[in-house]
Amino acid sequence: MADEMKIGAYICNGCGLGDRLDAGQLETTATRDGKAQICQQHDFLCSEAGVKMIQDDIDNEGVNRVVIAACSRRAKTDAFNFDNVSIHRANLREGVIWVRPDTDDMQETTQEMADDYIRMACAEAKYSKIPEKSGEQGINKNILIVGGGVAGMKAALEASKAGYPCTIVEKSGALGGATAQLYKKIPTKAPYTDPEDNGVDEMIAAVEADSNITVHLNSTTTKIAGAPGRFAADISAESGSTKTKDFGAIVQASGFTPYDANKLPEFAYGKNKDVVTQMELEALAKEANGGAIKRPSDGKEVSSVLFIQCAGQRSKKEGHLEHCSGYCCSASIKQAMYFKDQNPAIDTTVLYTDMRTPGAGGENFYRSGQQKGVIFTKGIASEVVDGASPTVKFKDLILDEDIDLEVDMVVLATGMVPNSGQPTRSELTDQENEDKESEKAGEEVEIRVDVESILNLDYRQGKDVPHMANGFADSHFICFPYETQRTGIYTAGPTRRPMDSYQAMEDAVGAAMRAISEAENAGLGRAAHPRVGDLSFPTFRKEGCTQCKRCTVECPFGAINEDEKGYPIYNESRCRRCGTCMGACPVRVISFENYSVDTVGQQIKAVDIPDEFDEKPRFLVLACENDAYPALDMAAQNRLEYSAFTRIVPVRCLGSTSLSWITDSLNSGFDGIILMGCPSGDNYQCHFVKGSLMAQERMSKVGDTLESLNLEKERVQTFEISITDIHRVPQIINEMAETIEQIGMSPFKF
Amino acid sequence: MSDIVATNQTILVVGGGISGMTAALEAAEVGKQVILIEKRPFVGGRVSQLYKYFPKLCFPTCGLEINQRRMNANKNITVLTMSEVTDLQGEAGNYTATVKISPRYVNANCTACGACADAVEAEFENEFNYNMDKHKGAYLPYNMAQPQRYVIDPRMIGTDDAQKAKDACKFDAIDLDMQEETVELKAGAVVWATGWRPYDANKIQPYGYDRIDNVITSVEFERMMDPFGPTGGKLVRPSDGKEAKNVAFIQCAGSRDVNHLRHCSRICCMASLKQSTYVSEKFGDEADVSIYYIDIRAIDRFDDFYQRVQDDPNVKFIKSKVASIVENKENGNPVLNGVDTEGYNRYANEHDLVVLAIGMEPSVDKDTFPIELKVNDEGYIEQDEANGGVFAAGCSSDALDVNRAVQSATASALRAIQVVNRVAQAEG
Repeated sequence: MADEMKIGAYICNGCGLGDRLDAGQLETTATRDGKAQICQQHDFLCSEAGVKMIQDDIDNEGVNRVVIAACSRRAKTDAFNFDNVSIHRANLREGVIWVRPDTDDMQETTQEMADDYIRMACAEAKYSKIPEKSGEQGINKNILIVGGGVAGMKAALEASKAGYPCTIVEKSGALGGATAQLYKKIPTKAPYTDPEDNGVDEMIAAVEADSNITVHLNSTTTKIAGAPGRFAADISAESGSTKTKDFGAIVQASGFTPYDANKLPEFAYGKNKDVVTQMELEALAKEANGGAIKRPSDGKEVSSVLFIQCAGQRSKKEGHLEHCSGYCCSASIKQAMYFKDQNPAIDTTVLYTDMRTPGAGGENFYRSGQQKGVIFTKGIASEVVDGASPTVKFKDLILDEDIDLEVDMVVLATGMVPNSGQPTRSELTDQENEDKESEKAGEEVEIRVDVESILNLDYRQGKDVPHMANGFADSHFICFPYETQRTGIYTAGPTRRPMDSYQAMEDAVGAAMRAISEAENAGLGRAAHPRVGDLSFPTFRKEGCTQCKRCTVECPFGAINEDEKGYPIYNESRCRRCGTCMGACPVRVISFENYSVDTVGQQIKAVDIPDEFDEKPRFLVLACENDAYPALDMAAQNRLEYSAFTRIVPVRCLGSTSLSWITDSLNSGFDGIILMGCPSGDNYQCHFVKGSLMAQERMSKVGDTLESLNLEKERVQTFEISITDIHRVPQIINEMAETIEQIGMSPFKF
Repeated sequence: MSDIVATNQTILVVGGGISGMTAALEAAEVGKQVILIEKRPFVGGRVSQLYKYFPKLCFPTCGLEINQRRMNANKNITVLTMSEVTDLQGEAGNYTATVKISPRYVNANCTACGACADAVEAEFENEFNYNMDKHKGAYLPYNMAQPQRYVIDPRMIGTDDAQKAKDACKFDAIDLDMQEETVELKAGAVVWATGWRPYDANKIQPYGYDRIDNVITSVEFERMMDPFGPTGGKLVRPSDGKEAKNVAFIQCAGSRDVNHLRHCSRICCMASLKQSTYVSEKFGDEADVSIYYIDIRAIDRFDDFYQRVQDDPNVKFIKSKVASIVENKENGNPVLNGVDTEGYNRYANEHDLVVLAIGMEPSVDKDTFPIELKVNDEGYIEQDEANGGVFAAGCSSDALDVNRAVQSATASALRAIQVVNRVAQAEG
């Protein structure tokens, strides 16, 4: 929608701005250079009166681009909060007067800094449009739940209770998953002393009785296309029929597969029938149903049992699991109680290295096990010797002795392997990628067992949710546990992280909440974490597109598909609005309504560059708005000083950095450019996964360009910044200033 | 305060730490009206007092920045700081909360310019740094405090300094006559997210926390790492300011103990492992860390981090519950007495500094809830239909780490939404 642009610039004289700066000069800059049609000053702009002054101009004068020359965009957001206009903040307080000394000889450069920020804010205002939602999807309240175990069922029941219809797609012939196989489960409420009924039958009955929940058994999703708000899932039954249904969001609760104990021949599993896994013991306990548990080998009642904890887990050995599965300590206590509750005379020993029963319930359950006479021995089992009865050889770490213990039965506490589907292309090892290439070329290649996809997403970057450590489809963020790299798809339960069934159910309630939130917000065109509420979305100028596919490949969220001709299709609701695509595009055809190559590029061009004889360099800082910009604000809050020649432009993510900004600033005569982004790598902090990594890769190529222009490489530097780098950020800027002093001003000034 | 709109379709969130903030945001972002009540002058809770999170060793303010930005952008959330719920009546779909709002003595005009702090000299014990240092009588609780508004410490009211602060303010933001207020708010559902507090280490008599300078708690150790904290980011011992390179961590200090807290506080193993990396960060190869433990509960995906710390040659693990700590009077070194149970060897180990991995207990005493709730013996709120429309989130429900607390809060938001959706349906 074409809107007639009217820029109103409002200059605050509060917080010392009026004392340190010449507001009259700022007004002239705003109107003459910034082309603001209206410009007003106020002594206390964030006061009710100041805000009213601005609102009056919006209501009566048609101002729809509001430039606020005052404090940082992060301050006074409740005051400077106007509907239906775009707001542009010239940061004169944290960005200028708080980081410059209040001395006469500094007044001139301080004023220049402020004038430039006003020009920049007006330029940004000129090139911004007010974003409107795309309308690509409406609100679809249906939630797809992949997996019908207790996590899936719980997600469905809770979402339904909130008014959202759910569809559960379950691969096997019955609901209940792994928990249904348990004789009893770890207690979930006070006093936490005894195993509880597994509760699965009641849950299944509740699901079946709920008219808001549809269940497809013996079914999988053979294709999921679309985006939040308009996912189209093909649900195929084993019998062959396929239905396509539309959903607003997805919860993946596909559970786990128990670790294959055949990989532990040292424990005689497979050789000796009385060496069983925890899951196998559950089956024996179910059979016994309160009576004596009998040995598989000869039917004798078990009179002694030993549990080997961490069997094949917490181990870097080939074929073992590196992680701890979290539930097996409590599960062994529970299973020891199966024996003790039936007959206290049965010897039960749990052989552990760390008993992990955290929380209120955990510790009480552990104490209860001890009170029932279960023996807990810290030790490491090296072998189980086959025989009429298995003999466990272990080192008792407390007594510092090697012990051979013959028992009727050995239970291996083996771990869980998440059903998380296929790794994404970038996760495959180089070897696997090579193999795929060879296969394509028709060469003979050793057949590897391919993992089946769980979701079958019709996304360019892979059929499933990307995996984090140890194959779990988790979020990488501690503060945002559900934010996977696929918008609108929330994993829950052991798919996401090792956990017991109670935790899996609780996890599912959270995932259901996220799914509901995304279904609602996608329908309104609003972005998800972290740019929550953002209505802007990427579009591209088709005529200029060269179908290079760089945007499609580099998108951290797999948001972009391709059409038959190779042009990108931007699925707005899969998009997190980071702008990595915009930064990747070599021909600069991608933009957002309020964030584009121009909204930043024109800010850069608006800066007044003194000629080389004035000895006033100019440094551009592109600062990620998530960590670097707040660090800069907080440095200012602490009155840490940095060079008066600094001009900071916040960016959504360093990944959105267009190389044209670098070349434009160099051509304009900027002497140094600093890029500040969030840490990348395995423990990435980047809120958009790899934005800063992308930027660094692009910048590494800039080095060649600089050389060809006869410019020193040190003029463009990239840094990884944490939000706590409050002392470091001014240091970085000041070091750049020193560097420029040594190597001299840019030869590109006029 | 009469302009707060609260109805039976409002969700009241009690507690503005990371759990309360998360629950409030989840509900508000699907269009529900939320009122967030926080006792302190700022939101963020105890995570704002952490230097890093385990296992990523990332910074809490990073996530807080995003959450605070979301909160500021959402008109559905009203935040009341300096506030506590003193009474709660009703049932699911129909609650009335009585909220006491203590005076901040600073109103909404505050621009956080800092002029008042510059004018004031009086200093008071700084609760944010666990009383390890002092703040000025007019202060901003910490760099990222939201609301970004100064506070006048009530202990300064009535003094000359208070007047100096008021005179320094150009925006008439200081109101020394501000009074305590009480408001009644209606709500359909309540998310109870009051979090945790560290167990009182003074009660663990054999460890000498009250007598030996160089025995401190994990939360105090954590504050030392903050460059803006009480020691300017230096790991030094209280008695003489000497660098603390030989550090002992005592796990389960106050937890898993029938004499103190019966439960396991879950986070302390990981916290000590994390803090051992602080010692290495500061002192490199001169770091000498001993962790005295019963079980290292680096559970599920945290085990990777444990394996990493185990590989550090400067960190040793001793399976022992320390029996007692005495002080070497000559140099102030704490001496730990106990038995290494792996081999049964008695020890009397001297260290520079002892850090008690102190337990967590719910911050609200179980007998003081303003409404009857099903609470277990450890003081944590159970999930029970008897609690009606009150749902526990975060550490008020169990000893949790941040990731699990946010999970819990996200789930509780859905439960609260179910209640208010029913109200909405009933009211047509």
